[in-house]
Amino acid sequence: MSFRARHLLGIEHLAPDEITTLIDLADTYATDNRAGKTHRDVLAGMTQINMFFENSTRTQASFELAGKKLGADVMNMAMQSSSVKKGETLIDTALTLNAMHPDLLVVRHPSSGAVDLLAQKVNGAVLNAGDGRHEHPTQALLDGLTIRRAKGRLHRLSIAICGDIAHSRVARSNIMLLGKMENRVRLIAPPTLMPAGISEFGVEVFDDMEKGLQDVDVVMMLRLQKERMDGGFIPSEREYFHRYGLDAAKLARAKPDAIVMHPGPMNRGVEIDGTIADDINRSVIQTQVEMGVAVRMAAMDLLARNLRAARAEAAA
Amino acid sequence: MTTLHFINARLIDPVALTDDVGTLTVQDGLITALNADAPAGATVIDCDGACLAPGIIDIGVKVSEPGERHKESFRSAGRAAAAGGVTTIVTRPDTAPPIDTPEALEFVRRRAEVEACVNVLPMATLTKGREGREMTEIGFLLDAGAVAFTDGDHVVTDTKVLSRALTYARSLGALVIGHPQDPGLSAGACVTSGKFASLRGLPAVSPMAERMGLDRDIALLEMTGARYHADQITTARALPALERAKRNGLKITAGISIHHLTLNDMDVADYRTFFKLTPPLRSEDDRQAVINALAEGLIDIVCSMHTPQDEESKRLPFEHAAAGAVGLQTLLPAALRLVHAGQITLPRLFRALTLNPAHLLNLPAGRLTPGTPADLVLFDPDAPFVLDRATLLSKSKNTPFDGARLQGRVIGTWVGGTCVAGTHVQGGFDA
Repeated sequence: MSFRARHLLGIEHLAPDEITTLIDLADTYATDNRAGKTHRDVLAGMTQINMFFENSTRTQASFELAGKKLGADVMNMAMQSSSVKKGETLIDTALTLNAMHPDLLVVRHPSSGAVDLLAQKVNGAVLNAGDGRHEHPTQALLDGLTIRRAKGRLHRLSIAICGDIAHSRVARSNIMLLGKMENRVRLIAPPTLMPAGISEFGVEVFDDMEKGLQDVDVVMMLRLQKERMDGGFIPSEREYFHRYGLDAAKLARAKPDAIVMHPGPMNRGVEIDGTIADDINRSVIQTQVEMGVAVRMAAMDLLARNLRAARAEAAA
Repeated sequence: MTTLHFINARLIDPVALTDDVGTLTVQDGLITALNADAPAGATVIDCDGACLAPGIIDIGVKVSEPGERHKESFRSAGRAAAAGGVTTIVTRPDTAPPIDTPEALEFVRRRAEVEACVNVLPMATLTKGREGREMTEIGFLLDAGAVAFTDGDHVVTDTKVLSRALTYARSLGALVIGHPQDPGLSAGACVTSGKFASLRGLPAVSPMAERMGLDRDIALLEMTGARYHADQITTARALPALERAKRNGLKITAGISIHHLTLNDMDVADYRTFFKLTPPLRSEDDRQAVINALAEGLIDIVCSMHTPQDEESKRLPFEHAAAGAVGLQTLLPAALRLVHAGQITLPRLFRALTLNPAHLLNLPAGRLTPGTPADLVLFDPDAPFVLDRATLLSKSKNTPFDGARLQGRVIGTWVGGTCVAGTHVQGGFDA
């Protein structure tokens, strides 16, 4: 096994062999989950706290289910309605929780870098469930697993990421993961939603969606947040759908067997045509959700192993 | 008063741009002679080949009095300045409350007189409450001792307000210090746009915002004829505009903080908030461009932009952390990095640290000319050390140079002929 990280804060710090190790393990968990085979001993006796400083239903449920399937004691804390409102700083919140000795801390926060900051102050293993516009590593890993299952490999593929790249942590983590696994990554977005200096990341940049989708193996759509739709970054929802929404005509540019992905939740008719999202021959959106649980199980399993090893070493 | 006679000193002369070994004599708080014999009864100080230069005049120091004395007081700032070879601090008015009335300025002057061991020259705000709506009592404030007028990093967005304030200031010969930054483009940003900002997912501002701010201010100078100093010019794109304005005879000068000369945006690394500054750190290309501009004299003044922040305001997610870094004690050793890298000579560096700020503020100090105040710093430019922020004398320890390898140790600092840092004994030093 080669997975050396103490925390899972981002894809940036993972080596390709660590990514492969994690996805391999997630693959077996995915198979076992389908077969109804349980693994309640893996995290037995361990405490997992989900701290979400930003609203999330899907990711939090996925982490909760993953923890429970592995036998952890899972606790959810809705941070946006708790002591944060009373003026407690992030570090104090972290120290308070740390005193309760959680083994695994799953954290989502609206500020980039906040999860890194918190990880410096706690003894357990921290999993980044999304920090600002920075990273969302488990999403990229579940996307990687989904692609590998659909395409038979996770290298030498041509993959287009389309939509609000500038504000997307999913895009950043995926750009890094897909690049590390030696794929060709194309970014497609209106220039107002494309971050500065992004071409230096080893990606191809397009503002014409039809050109960008030419002959790709995978089309990865991103969610466009409501607050960006009204004149600030793009003129209107309907103009966006016309130019950047995934419909049958645009998808026809991609390879005939290209798959369509979306991290959810979808805005049907804004970034993706409903019929494409529901096309079982093209869309793997539901598989992504399924792989999400398996990837989070694998990530917590591997981090728990490293945590136990570190504790055994400290005790020795 | 005693008479001091420095011998075996490398005299760093920012006027003649020379760096020669010689002697310097101080009597009654003034420099009285260069390369003369020791007067009878003088205390002879053997500098042993160390550099003797005018004390640094640091424009834009934030002393957190009134309002946040736990971050920095006049006493602590004075001690830090003395230890860093800074003999005059020109204080920023962006305190709480801001220094926008003669009464508030009077408070600053009295506190400084009682507490600080170096010269303190206060600045006042250009508009009341730094709100950019009404100009302050520029005339009364000048009479009370304000040396310049600035709203700090609050840009006066209303050009009518700014043009009137500049026109009024011109009639009194008052110096206005601006912060060139387009407020719309830079709103909400905490890093400079580019690869690093995109990698870290932080809200970013284009370096063009500085050029736009400068262009606007230059147009208003052309209109009003006021005396204007840009607090920090940190980007390559702003330099041609600055050069043109100077060539056209406008009364404009420009400064830069030592941090923008020695660090770049990549130094923020894993969200290190001690590297969060206003304006944000720039790209390496920009850094090289401003170093060249400094060496050529296009950028006139190097300052520390000393901004004390307590631990709590820095221990936050990067976006929410307070901006600014302390710099009084690290200004000289950090600036010497440029000298050791061969990018600027010592006399030219001291022109930007001492002579140019003295010219801007019409001060007699800042040079080694007989008849001027004996504000001096004696330092070993080569002595290496690793900075431990806990050893800084500022109340706040928010330095980006914690753990950095630096060269240049201050041996002694004199203000008006009085030793304020370093202890010397006959014929040698025990620093």
